[in-house]
Formats: sequence, structure tokens, C-alpha cells
Amino acid sequence: MRVPVEWLYEYCAPDLPVQELATRLAMTGTEVDRIEHHGVRALEHFVVGRVLSAQQHPDADRLKVCVVDVGDGEQSQIVCGAPNVAAGQTVAVARPGSVMADGTKLKQAKLRGLESNGMILAEDELGIGSDHAGTMVLDDVLEPGSPLAGVLPLSTDVLELEITPNRPDCLGVYGVAREAHAATGARLRDAPWEQDPGTFDDSDLGVAVVVEARDLCPRFTARAFHDVTIGPSPPWLKARLMACGQRPINNVVDITNYVMLLTAQPMHAFDLDRVEGARLVVRRATKGEQVVTLDDQTRTVDGEVCLIADDAGPTSIGGVMGGNRSEVQDDTTSVLMEAASWDAANIHATSLKLGLRSEASARFEKGLAPEQALDGQAVATKLMLELTGATLVPGTIDVGSGSRPPEPAVLRLRDKRVVGLLGVAITRSQSAMHLQRLGFETAERPDGLDVTVPPWRRNDVTREADLIEEVARLHGVNDQLPTTLPRRRGAVGVLAPAQRLRRRAEDVLVGRGLHEIVGWSFDPPARDDRLRLAAGDPRRAHVVIENPMSEDGANMRTTLLGSLLDVARHNAARGQALRGIFESGRVYLARDSYTRSVTLPHEHHALGALVPGDVFAAKGYLEALLRALRVEGTFASASEPFLHPGRSAAVQIGSHPPTVVGWVGDVHPLVARDWDLAAVAAFEIDLDAVVAAARLVPEYEDLTSFPELREDIAIVVDETVPAATVLDAVRAAGGNLLAHAEVFDVYRGEQIAAGRTSLAIALTFRARDRTLTDADVAPLREKIVKRLAEQLGGELRG
Amino acid sequence: MTQRIAELRAEAEAAISAAAGSAELEQLRVRYLGRKAELPNILRAIATLPPEERGPTGKAANQVRQALEGLIAQRSEQLAGGELEQQLRRDVVDVTLPGAPPQPLGRLHLLTATRREIEDVFLGLGFRIAEGPEVETVYYNFDALNHAPTHPARDRQDTFYVTDDVVLRTHTSPMQIRAMEAQPPPLYLIIPGRVYRRDNDATHTPQFHQIEGLAVDEDITLADLKGTLLAFARAIFGSDREVRLRPHFFPFTEPSVEVDVSCFMAHDSHPPAQRCRVCKDTGWVEILGSGMVDPNVFSYVAEYGYDPEKIQGFAFGMGIERIAMLKHGVPDLRLLYDNDVRFLEQFG
Ligand SMILES: [Zn+2]
Repeated sequence: MRVPVEWLYEYCAPDLPVQELATRLAMTGTEVDRIEHHGVRALEHFVVGRVLSAQQHPDADRLKVCVVDVGDGEQSQIVCGAPNVAAGQTVAVARPGSVMADGTKLKQAKLRGLESNGMILAEDELGIGSDHAGTMVLDDVLEPGSPLAGVLPLSTDVLELEITPNRPDCLGVYGVAREAHAATGARLRDAPWEQDPGTFDDSDLGVAVVVEARDLCPRFTARAFHDVTIGPSPPWLKARLMACGQRPINNVVDITNYVMLLTAQPMHAFDLDRVEGARLVVRRATKGEQVVTLDDQTRTVDGEVCLIADDAGPTSIGGVMGGNRSEVQDDTTSVLMEAASWDAANIHATSLKLGLRSEASARFEKGLAPEQALDGQAVATKLMLELTGATLVPGTIDVGSGSRPPEPAVLRLRDKRVVGLLGVAITRSQSAMHLQRLGFETAERPDGLDVTVPPWRRNDVTREADLIEEVARLHGVNDQLPTTLPRRRGAVGVLAPAQRLRRRAEDVLVGRGLHEIVGWSFDPPARDDRLRLAAGDPRRAHVVIENPMSEDGANMRTTLLGSLLDVARHNAARGQALRGIFESGRVYLARDSYTRSVTLPHEHHALGALVPGDVFAAKGYLEALLRALRVEGTFASASEPFLHPGRSAAVQIGSHPPTVVGWVGDVHPLVARDWDLAAVAAFEIDLDAVVAAARLVPEYEDLTSFPELREDIAIVVDETVPAATVLDAVRAAGGNLLAHAEVFDVYRGEQIAAGRTSLAIALTFRARDRTLTDADVAPLREKIVKRLAEQLGGELRG
Repeated sequence: MTQRIAELRAEAEAAISAAAGSAELEQLRVRYLGRKAELPNILRAIATLPPEERGPTGKAANQVRQALEGLIAQRSEQLAGGELEQQLRRDVVDVTLPGAPPQPLGRLHLLTATRREIEDVFLGLGFRIAEGPEVETVYYNFDALNHAPTHPARDRQDTFYVTDDVVLRTHTSPMQIRAMEAQPPPLYLIIPGRVYRRDNDATHTPQFHQIEGLAVDEDITLADLKGTLLAFARAIFGSDREVRLRPHFFPFTEPSVEVDVSCFMAHDSHPPAQRCRVCKDTGWVEILGSGMVDPNVFSYVAEYGYDPEKIQGFAFGMGIERIAMLKHGVPDLRLLYDNDVRFLEQFG
């Protein structure tokens, strides 16, 4: 909302610099995006002039050489390009030193060899109109040399305000004036609708209005004007529209816009003679009905859109945009001025459906009070009479329940609630003052105030809490408020175990050189094929977005691998060698359906990594992570469509039976190639499941009183026997005294038979109550060797 | 014989003193004290001497042997010291060369690092951390947060819909409701997480991250909100910071305020012609929205112990991206999602 300060000051003029006013508004809840300047600068150089003579330029057909009286008998030669300039005209002159609306600074110049001391101005050069065709001709009573600023609104600061959706009353200059009054205490002048030249007798306006859709149009008012002369608006009005960012059109249309900008009530002017059948009906559209709107677009509407129609069909989309059939035109002489109230939700829905937002719909969709319709009529009537030569047809059409608005709400504001919620002492009389300045009425009660809500705040202020907000913002939530901390009875800030472990898991990878990335939750649908996911793969069960930004972001990801591959490729394409990367974030798996009792999709926090090298490189990181979390992980040969089938494993935790919580392996060469990557390996785990299995509180184990006894064996088995199977057999045979067994070397080659593998295994024996000797361990060792021989065909090597 | 012993002593002492290295000293030891050397032979042959010579000879030879042993030990230590000196000199390296092997170092993403930093501040202030679903119901995302049926945030233009009743959450606030359903007051929580809005331009990405805060008790005030956010702002942006509360409007808080933090850039360090990149010379930077929890929100969870007449609280929500970018001078939001290694290496 652009508010010209010059206009605002007509209703409330705080004795403050504009910057300070803006700060006061901002600190009381009216956000000021910026302060702009509209119009010319260096006002002292703009004066009224009189053209004494205007002669053809000797060397230029389209230029005239004028001698202009610029006051005090001083005569200036000005070369002028306007076709209409003529001797005797009173004109607006910019002298050298002036700064024009577009920022250019005027200097003494020579035009085709002749000196020119300034410019005779057109409207657009002053920023008070869009006309550039000719010189602006002023009233002859003006004295040459008088300051132009005294005649025309040449210059104003403009407040660019961000009005929050609860305050449609501030979408008009007078509403902002009320805020300025409340924020500064400066006097608020009477509202511009206090004096209404209109009447309310029952006379015939020459048109009938029928409101069929009462629910969508609670109030419809209209007044009729005859003898209207369509023409340009006066400069002051055009200047204000321009400063508000609107283009002047003609006096009647300009009046509707002006009234809306002042009162927040949108208006619409019909050419009364173009209303077919002298009858307007406000009704729901029939599905598929078409309306040609003011912007010349044909719009097809559904049965919930509210139309204004005459006997020839729809003329307007109520509250959103007028139609071009009954629009005011240059030959219009009779005008029907409409001011109505529309159902906010329906306007909002209509505007969304049609993709059509107008100044009117932006106001109606926030909910205007029905009382405001007549405010608008009062101001419009006054201007129609003043500016268009119109005569007013006595009487006002006023249809609908909105013409009998509800009783104003009276709310109790308890002193102790004010203080208790804000944490600062505010007296009852202070509260009353703030509320009265905003237009609320207050009455003393034993425990506080009874507060009557004015109509324009009816939708916004409905509860005690809303009143406290009004008091708080005007009292000063910033300057007047102490800074205290909550008493936080018994509240202790601590990470939940899962949160602590998630951090630990990330830190382990970072500590080993991996960089964390943050990928997109969105997946392009084509990615499933690129990852070679089979038709029934559970990862194809995406949460699908109905309205994605683009088709490429229609799916929610079911794996982190896509993000990781994308980032790896992004960096490779920029010449950055692949380093290990990981992501710690959610994946989303759809369920069968979402109903009103709403089953949400499955989400879990996943952790995935992509590293240069092979499956063992990836597994090394993963094992480090699992060890850090004190989770026993096991690995079983298993394939995933995007992994190398012979070089991948399922990650499992627990036993009887183990739960699969992820995968690790070489990325399938076809997938790597698709992402332009060399050999890479990856893993992904369900971090929620892993963290849930972590041992949170390790219990002390005595590992020092009785030293352990270590022994290595090398065992030769068929190369098809997994090391994990060998270790299982070793552990089973080793019994309680075997504390630990792990493979530390693998050999295949000349020294053993083809198709066989030698595994070097480190055995650690320990007893809780004594120091073990060879005598204790030798039988166990024999038992282990025997078991390996029997179960797995293993033979002791060397 | 004692004559010979004295000669040996003089000869050996001279040689030992002159020995130039440990190896030579060892040769001398073998020559004078070794199994086949003369002096040990004399001692072994004592028994063959006439009885009257045995005493003096044995005594002299032993004395000389002990003296020489002492001398060798002493000389050995001298020599070793010198040799170590030499060794140390030879060992000199160029310590400006890099460590070997180089230890790889990864980094947390700036968003994670910033999130944890903010989390830690609020942990210190007594808040716990809760998380909620990113795919959320319209009920929790809008209805129970007092969004009017026509609130523009509900538009399909602004919000991602999965079905008519399910959206990608547009803020972390729905977890306020879920948390209150799960636990009676007092409640001190922050809720970090990923959120989604249909925006994509220089200052918006369709996915971003927020941290929500919620404190509910019998006597929480707007002044408590101000104090809490002041503590936060100082922890994150520096101990000299001030906060400024500006009244605003949010559907689920009443009163609502936007919070600015005083600019943390050194304003005299740049020529006045150049505007401050952080505050545009206003001295203040907006960092979050907040307010007192609207009674309507409590009425949605009244049955869980949240009677709007008896309890009150504050809530706030901030963008992690914004905090990170302000603090580290990151000029473009999209850098955070490019994941260029040269960007990642700079933070975390
Ligand atoms: Zn600054």
C-alpha cells in the first residue's frame, strides 16, 4: 500500500520528520518497507509562467521559441516542443536547476542553436499525470513567478507500507491516518465521509437492483448521477493517483479509484444507459458462464462465482472486476455508482480460481465491514458533484442484511490479564487511551474496561487477547518492555539420546574426512529408472506432490543416493575431485492411502555416504560409525539394483533374525556412468533404527586384572565360504573364554590350492577370574580347528 | 711386573683419552681389558707368581683394571654425548613441510553447524528439542494453528499438497500442537526441521529450514520472550547485541512481534558511501517472528491440560538459512544447496 504523505497529512499531520513517522508506524505494527519520493525535487525552481510570445524556431519545424514571463518582470527565452503552446497561456515552468520526476536535472541548454532557459512542462514531467502530448495550461488568475508548488502537488514522500492481512481498514489512507494518530497522538481530522451530500429517500433511481445471492453479497448500495461530463481529472487528483501508483483514466473512473485509496472501500461505476433492462441482478453464475472483464479477457466461471448481471447477461464479477460492456466511456452521461460488501472467502476463492487479483479483490477478500459501503458512497458523491458536473438523483439503493449490521461487540479487558500476559505494568487509563485513539470506546468496570469494537475492526478484534495486542503495540512492546527469562520450573535442556547419537554419527564421518551435504527432498520421477529400481521396488512408493514447482520435483525422495550422486557430479563437472560426501536427512515412503483420519507417510532419518573407491572403502566408514555408536552390525551378501551385484551387502543389526537397516557396496557401473562418475561406492542406513539399537550406557568390564591371552591361527577354506561364516564357527567353538576373534589378513595364491582362501584370524582369550595359561587355551584352539575342519572343510595352514 | 702394569696403565689411559669414537673405544676396551688382553692375563696368572709378589701385583692390576673401566665408561659417555649431538644435527628436517600422512578433515554443512549452534543456545536456556513429520496434515499445519480458511498460505500457489488433507509442512509450527498433545505444561521446546513453500527466486528456495520455539507455563510473559530472544541474539551474534520487537501479525500468536537484532557489522569500517550489507544502514536486521501463543491455539489442545484461561506461553520461528547467511556473509541462498566442495570446506 502506497501512502503519499501529502495526502495522509490532510487527515493526520504529526509534527515529525517523515523518517520518524515511519519509525513510529513500524514500532506500532504498521510495517514500512521504504520511503520513496514521488514527483520533482528542487521545488524553488518551479514557477508559474505566462507565455508572452511563441514563434517558430528558424531551424526546427517542431520547436517554438517562447518568451515567458517568469515573475518580477523577468523574461526568459524557452525553446518548447509542445504543439499546443501559444502566447497568452499560463503555464508551469521549470527553471535551470530543477530536478524532474524521473531524476534528470535541468540545465541551461541550446536547442538547435538557440538558448533555452528551462522548460514549459507537460503533466508527465511533473509526475502528476501521464499526458506528454502537450503543455499543461494553468488557470489565468495565477500570477507569473508564484511558486508552482503552491498550485500543484509537485512533490511528496510516499510511505510504502506492508499491511498485514488482518487490517484491511489500513488499505485506505484514512485508516493509516488513524494509525498515525494512535502512534503519535497528533490530531485526527474528521473522516472524509462525515459530510454526505447524498440522501436516502425512496425515490426511483431509474434502475432496479435484485440481490439473489444474499450470502455472497451482504450489502449492495448504489447512487445515480445524470449530466455527467467525462473528462480528465484535476491535477491534484491525478497527482495523488500517480503517487499511489495508479494511472489516471477519466474523472469518473479516477473517482472510484480515489475513493478506494482513501476509504479502503472499492467502488464501481456503471454507465447507467448501458445497463440493459434497467435492472441489475446479483446472483451465482451458472457453470460455464462467460464474462468479458474490463481487461478484455473472456473469463469462464463456475457456479460459486458471484456475478452482477443485467438483462443481457453478466456485466461484472462481483467484488473482483467490472465488465467492459457497461463500463463508463467517453460519451457516458449517466452513472450508477456501486459500493457493495462481498463475502471474503468467496472473493478469495474466485480470485484464486480465475487467477485474477485486483485492488478490489485484495481488499474484499480480507473482509470489509458493510458500514464502509456508505462511507465510500459519501466521498464518491461529493467528488462526482464537484468534478464531473453531475446532478445527483435523490435516494440510495441499499439492499441486503449488511444494511442492518450487527450490534458492536463489547469485550471485557481485565487489568490483570494485560499485566500478566505482557509482563509490564500498564494502567487502566493507559489502556483506555490507546484503545480510544484507535476508535474503540471504553467504559470503566471494577476489574478493567468494557471495550466497544468499531465496525472496521469487527473481524479482527473479537477477544480479550486481541485487545491486549492493541494495547501492547501502542504502549510500546519494545521500549516499555523489560527483558526477563521464564522461570522454567524444572525444565532441563538436554539432547535426547537419539539426537546425541545422530550428532555423533555425523561427527564420526566428518572426523574421517567426509563433507556433509544438504540435498533436495524432491526427486525427479525419472530418477527411479536411472537408479534401475524394479517395478515393485518399495522405493518407487513415493509421496507425490500434487502441485510441484516443476515436474522434476514431483516426488519426495525415498533414498539419499540421488542427492549424493547429483552433488558428486556437480562437483566433478566443476573440476573438483570427488571427496567423500554424506547426507543426514529424511526419506519419505508412501503408504497406501491418506484419508481424513490421516495416516501419514513413513519418514525416517537416513544417513548415506558416497566415497571414492570400492565397497571396502564405504564399509570402512560405516564400520567406524557403527563402532562409535556401539552398535553391532553384520553384513550379508545382498544386491540392490543400483549396486554392483557381486560387491554389495545388506547392513544388519541384531540377531534371531537380524534386521536389515541399510546397504553398502560399489555403485553399479551403469549408474555411475549415468552420473558421469568413475568408480564410487556408497552406503545408506536407517539412522533411526541404528540409533535405537545403540548401547547408550556402557557397563564397566574388568579387562586389566587378568591379562588376556592372544593367539593367531591361519585357516584355509574354500573361497566361497564367507569370512563371517568362519568367524561364526570360531566363536561357537571358542565358547565363553574366547573374548574376541577377527580376520586380519587374507591370502590367495601359489602357496595354497586353487579355489582356496587362507584367513588369518586373531583370537583373544580371557577369563574373568584368573589368568589363562596355554593349558587352558590349547584345548580350545584344538576344538576351533576341529570344528572348522568338520563344518567348513578348513585346514590349519603352516 | 708392577712396572709393566704401570706402563700398561699409562699407555691405555693415553689411548682412551684420545679415542675419537665409540667404535674405537670398544676396540681399546678389548685390547686392554678383553679376554685375551694383557692385564686380565696378568690377573689370571697371579697364582703362578711367587707368593710375595702375588699381593702387590694383584692389587696393582686390579686397581688399574678398575681405573681403566671407569675411564672407559667416562669416555664412553663423553663420546656418546657428542655423537648424539651430531646425530641430532644430522636429523634436522624442514618443519614447514606438511604432516604425513595428511589427516583428512571433513566439514558439517553450514546449515547443520548453524542449527546445532542455535540448538545449543536453547539447550542452555532449558529448552529440549523435538522433531515432527515433514509431510503433515492440513489440520496440524493450518487449522489448529488458527489459520482462517481463506488464509493465503493455504493456497495451492503457496503450499505443496499431497492430498487435500496432507501438505508438506510450511513451517515447523505444527509440532507445537503435537508436542502439547503429547505432554502437559510446563513445556520448553525448540523444533528444528525442514519446511517447504512454493517459492523459488533469489531469496527463496522451495525447501528451507526453520527452528521453532515454544514455552508454555502459567506465567510466561511477552517480557520473557524478549529476554529469551535477547539471550539468543547475543549468543549467536555477539554479546553487544540488542533486540527490537516490532508488532506484527501472525495467525497463531497474539500479540505478535517481529524481532530485529542490532547490526553486528563494524559500521565505521566501510566508507559511508557503501551501504551496510547486513542492515542497509538501518542499524537493525530482522531475524524472526514470534509472539504470545494465541488462545485459539490452546483451545485446540485444551483437553491435554492447556486451558487458555490458566496457561500462557510464547512461540517463535526463525529461518536457519537466514541466520547462517547473515552471520557468515553468504550472499546467495542457492549456494547453500549447490553443495560445491569449495563452499562446504569454508564452514562447519
Ligand atoms: Zn549494518
